[in-house]
Amino acid sequence: MSTNPNILSKSKAFYDEFTRKGVEDVITTHYCPGCGHGILHKMIAEAVADLGIQDKTILISPVGCSVFAYYYFDTGNVQVAHGRAPAAATGVKRARPGSIVISYQGDGDLAAIGTAEIVHAANRGESMTVFFVNNAIYGMTGGQMAPTTTIGQKTATTPYGRKAENEGYPIKMSELISTLNAPVFVERVSLADVPNRNKTRNVVKKAIQNQVEGKGFSFVEVLSACPSGLKKTPVETNEWVKSTLHTIFPIGNYRDNTANAQAMFKKDPSSNRDDVLKALNLLDRSTDYKTSVDKTKFTDQNVRLAGFGGQGILSAGSTLSVLAMYEGLETTWIPSYGPEMRGGTSNCHVRVSNKRIGSPLVETPNVLITMNGPSLEKFESIVEKNGIIIVNSSIIDKKVTRKDVKTYYVPLTQISTDMGVPAAQSVAGLAAYLAITKVIPVEKLEYIVHKSLKRKELAEKNIAIIRKVAEYINSL
Amino acid sequence: MKQDSSVPRVEIRINECKGCHLCVAACPKKVLTPSGSFNNQGYNYAKYKGEGCIGCGICFYSCPEPGAITVYKKES
Repeated sequence: MSTNPNILSKSKAFYDEFTRKGVEDVITTHYCPGCGHGILHKMIAEAVADLGIQDKTILISPVGCSVFAYYYFDTGNVQVAHGRAPAAATGVKRARPGSIVISYQGDGDLAAIGTAEIVHAANRGESMTVFFVNNAIYGMTGGQMAPTTTIGQKTATTPYGRKAENEGYPIKMSELISTLNAPVFVERVSLADVPNRNKTRNVVKKAIQNQVEGKGFSFVEVLSACPSGLKKTPVETNEWVKSTLHTIFPIGNYRDNTANAQAMFKKDPSSNRDDVLKALNLLDRSTDYKTSVDKTKFTDQNVRLAGFGGQGILSAGSTLSVLAMYEGLETTWIPSYGPEMRGGTSNCHVRVSNKRIGSPLVETPNVLITMNGPSLEKFESIVEKNGIIIVNSSIIDKKVTRKDVKTYYVPLTQISTDMGVPAAQSVAGLAAYLAITKVIPVEKLEYIVHKSLKRKELAEKNIAIIRKVAEYINSL
Repeated sequence: MKQDSSVPRVEIRINECKGCHLCVAACPKKVLTPSGSFNNQGYNYAKYKGEGCIGCGICFYSCPEPGAITVYKKES
């Protein structure tokens, strides 16, 4: 590649060789003769090279003819599931805010299977650049009707021509996207002739430049020729794009707020202890709470509580999460239950960590608290090696068969019922867990229960249950 | 071969051309033409007539293949 301005040649944003799996040829793309994708690729590569952003550009390629864009662009590349490019681009951009994220999609990908993703990415004003190649047909799969196929157009799946009463009307994405508030730049361009190609080059560069300047969501719809799908020569296909597509999909700018656009950054929500407690209306109640966990030495806790609906499983799990928040730890809690409000199976996943938590799922718990028989049968096998299983021995007769875990049999229902509060049996399980592991002092659980239960008498009974369980554990 | 850099010209890499002839249609000076011969892949590649190129670059931006066309503009 030459950097001589007097020479127009293969952009340095392309690989020198296009090595593709199972293909001998390394000098040409996989695109058919006359395909618009190649032309648009060249314009994007040129803009990326000119803007000096090649080393921080991440191209999100779709499913469709442009699925192999990663074989050509010497940038970061992610090839994603059908229609999901804007969703993946959202994640990439938020995880790497300094990168330039280009989402590249065709009409089947963006305007059919991926309609939800593009609309919502646009509506959130994600700081990304989207190139939408509209050639009015499914190219890769063999010329079937696309959402943008024109009325009367014959395709493999509309052999009599598309009919509005059967297949609806061609969907106009630029118009649709420009009804939303957040996008800063929406334009439809064409590759069908020389003046339009010149215009497209400038628009491609501007749409990427917008992102370099942090201006938010830019969307460029590119009317493009698919000679193979249209069953015409490349030159004839471009004539058809001009005579047909240009009348249905008018070329032009639909939104340009770039002059006024403020730089948009998606800030992470704070995980600062006081901010979290304040958001949850817990801050006032926590002023006299003294944290006791040494966060630097905390071991990740992945807890599953399981039983039947009505045992207080879910609220006990959330109590553990609240306790973790009071300690300034990171935590997640998700419930898993059937449609019944009482009865049925019920379990929850609780994670507590001193680091940010990626997924709230607890697939291999290090602690399992089982409140009834079926829960033990269902979850015994998923506990990690050297993990802990707490068995509510008031209800569960069965013994744990695994030898590589530590098992504690505690009559949780009995202790709670004796104190007149059977609903506290899962909190009793939680007390057993803290008394055994001491990851957070069990007295702190008393504090949370005291703060969260409005009826003083009930709070006192709960605290008595917690102490009784702790005594029971200490006596083992 | 040392080319005269004061004369604009276009170079077509025969085996990268897919014979779509969008460059032929786009060239304002009509100095590109189907070669009538076939390249390694079997395409009727385009060729430069050898003179008359003004180095405008229109063919470069009409061609879908990244490396098939190189345009040498007149050096300023």
